[in-house]
Amino acid sequence: MTETMKQAPTPSFLEYQGRFKGIFAWIFSTDHKRIGLLYLYSMLVFFSIAATLGLMMKLELIAPGRTIMGAQTYNSFFTLHGITMIFLIVVPGLPAVFGNFFLPIMIGAKDVAFPKLNLFSWWIYIAGAFIALSSQFLGDGAPDTGWTFYAPYSFRTGTNMLPAVTGAFVLGFSSIVTGLNFIVTIHRLRAPGMKWMKMPLFPWALYGTAWIQVLATPIVGITLLMVVLERTLQIGFFDPSLGGDPILYQHLFWIYSHPAVYIMILPAMGVISEIIPTFARKTIFGYTAIVVSTLAIAFVGYFVWGHHMFTSGMSGVALYTFSILTFLVAIPSAIKIFNWVATLHKASIDLQTPFLWAFCFLFVFMIGGLSGMVLGALSANVHLHDTAFVVAHFHYIVFGGTGFAFFGALHYWFPKMFGRMYDKSWANIGLAIFFTGFNTLYLPMFYLGITGMPRRYYDYVERFHGPNIVSSMGAMLMITGLIIVITNLVRSARHGAKAEKDPWKGKTLEWTVDSPPSLENFEEIPIVTQDPYDYE
Amino acid sequence: MIMNDHTQIDEHRDDEGAKTGMWIFIFTELLLFGGLFIVYSVYRYLNPMAFHMAAEELDIFIGTANTVILLVSSMTIAMAITSIQLKRKRLTLILMGITVLLALLFLVNKYFEWTGKISHGIFPGSEILHQSSQGEILFFGLYYAMTGLHALHIIVGVTFIGYVMWLVKTDDVKYDDYVILENSALYWHLVDLIWIFLFPLFYLIT
Repeated sequence: MTETMKQAPTPSFLEYQGRFKGIFAWIFSTDHKRIGLLYLYSMLVFFSIAATLGLMMKLELIAPGRTIMGAQTYNSFFTLHGITMIFLIVVPGLPAVFGNFFLPIMIGAKDVAFPKLNLFSWWIYIAGAFIALSSQFLGDGAPDTGWTFYAPYSFRTGTNMLPAVTGAFVLGFSSIVTGLNFIVTIHRLRAPGMKWMKMPLFPWALYGTAWIQVLATPIVGITLLMVVLERTLQIGFFDPSLGGDPILYQHLFWIYSHPAVYIMILPAMGVISEIIPTFARKTIFGYTAIVVSTLAIAFVGYFVWGHHMFTSGMSGVALYTFSILTFLVAIPSAIKIFNWVATLHKASIDLQTPFLWAFCFLFVFMIGGLSGMVLGALSANVHLHDTAFVVAHFHYIVFGGTGFAFFGALHYWFPKMFGRMYDKSWANIGLAIFFTGFNTLYLPMFYLGITGMPRRYYDYVERFHGPNIVSSMGAMLMITGLIIVITNLVRSARHGAKAEKDPWKGKTLEWTVDSPPSLENFEEIPIVTQDPYDYE
Repeated sequence: MIMNDHTQIDEHRDDEGAKTGMWIFIFTELLLFGGLFIVYSVYRYLNPMAFHMAAEELDIFIGTANTVILLVSSMTIAMAITSIQLKRKRLTLILMGITVLLALLFLVNKYFEWTGKISHGIFPGSEILHQSSQGEILFFGLYYAMTGLHALHIIVGVTFIGYVMWLVKTDDVKYDDYVILENSALYWHLVDLIWIFLFPLFYLIT
């Protein structure tokens, strides 16, 4: 502790001059805050690529027939859009960026448990990203299987599958390493007095997430490895002509990929649980219920993978079981919604930008969640499987849930991360346009799905034309909003007004340190005596 | 809190944390193999006869020998930990050296076993295998994949132990600071444990 008692003031982590200079001071830094920002910048790049692909697909769908691309291009677009968005952005997203940056600060630690391993995970991430993206440029054409790599098509297609699958495999390791690091950090490095039930809810969410990352990711790892071996060495695992069973692939894939959905949403719920009490100026309603439901989601989430395969062929008993479990897993999510709403009850709410993002989150997340119930019902699922309804549902959850929480988190913690404020009115305008565009884009897709439009087609019959026009217009509106939001933040990171220590009057530990924090976060490790959201 | 006082002493040393990290990593390894074990059990259930026939092709002698080799090597690495606690550096290095030699012996056996199979034309994509039943194709596919992945873990484990041997030699690992030796031993026990499951599944259940 004595070595930090140097001359005042301590330089912030952004100014701190270490062993390396220039870009090397970042890409070789083991500081959890710099690593968090490295992830943020990399994701921004990948996100703009994937969002552009999404916009192009929507432009293709603005009219029946070929508009701007053919079927094969469309297939590779939705594949790359899916791989990038899932494996490079939403799965690592919140834990890698905000978890890295704020987990140690929120539990009163100077860094994560294994700082070098943390930097290593970013390097694996970048390596995996390059391998995955190289599939677009090398070999015999871009992959066209969709992000799920379903067998047997994934090893029969002539396109360049190997880098895509290998990339996803490598990215899994990055996820595992981050999860491992967070679990040990939370177990070992909490500040004195911070008992488990005094920990803020974002670290709690990260804890649940980390266990899923650690326990589910290896399964998809080995499954993707099997696809690689099947393609390269002709070892029969899933190929029916070699005795394999393609349905088994689907099971193994979803054993990971359904819990992965909770890897995406749990940290998002954690962010919302931070934002809401801060701007409601109230203790969160039912802290224990939120903690327990976080762990319940992480646990029950393992046993619902079958609901992705209701039409693939399963026994009746399996169908009913998976359907019931799917309905069960909705309960803890609903508990959280009630907790957030109850926190707002009779609160003097401060309508700042982060709160508005959280508020929009509640709205879209409920639509996403309830449409998930529709899909969890067996009879409805048979009708809706593989239609645009499914696409609308998971975009409401993945983009609406995780995406809104991500931007909410960015607006909430931006002053702490960069030490500057952003322009609030531009931020609100951007959000309003984004939110309108978002709903204009995805709401019509529910209707399209119910009336029978299948997903993953670049063409459709004339009767789907109207809603598709609306949806494509929504896409353009949404991208406009996105550009405003991001431009505002990028500009403010350099030119915004200086931010105070605690611009939102938050109570958690990150608001007690400088904005931006110093290299070691705390001059002295704090001793925690209060509950995390002590507003009374 | 005690745990936190502990972490503040001398630049973030936290043996308990390092071991927790290793245990969690071991969970992930178990689940990685778990995926293959699921595939194995599903296909065994679907093709009981073919798996029975194919398993008889494997040499129980080599399998048993390799099991004994790994069990002994697990013992020697465990003994290495005790001897470093007793400040006996030379003995520690000898025991770790034996572990490494046994691991290499395992790989040599594996090499002869695999080349033997391949020279008989039994390998994925071979003519002979294509004429066999689908169950046998699956069995040998799994055999190569699972023992191959396991052999890869042996190589990683040996490299890890070799690195720790160097640390012991340079006194970076000694009687009061040997958590990395414990972690390498934990990893080695995992490699051993996985083999304990692979051995009966492929060699014994016929």
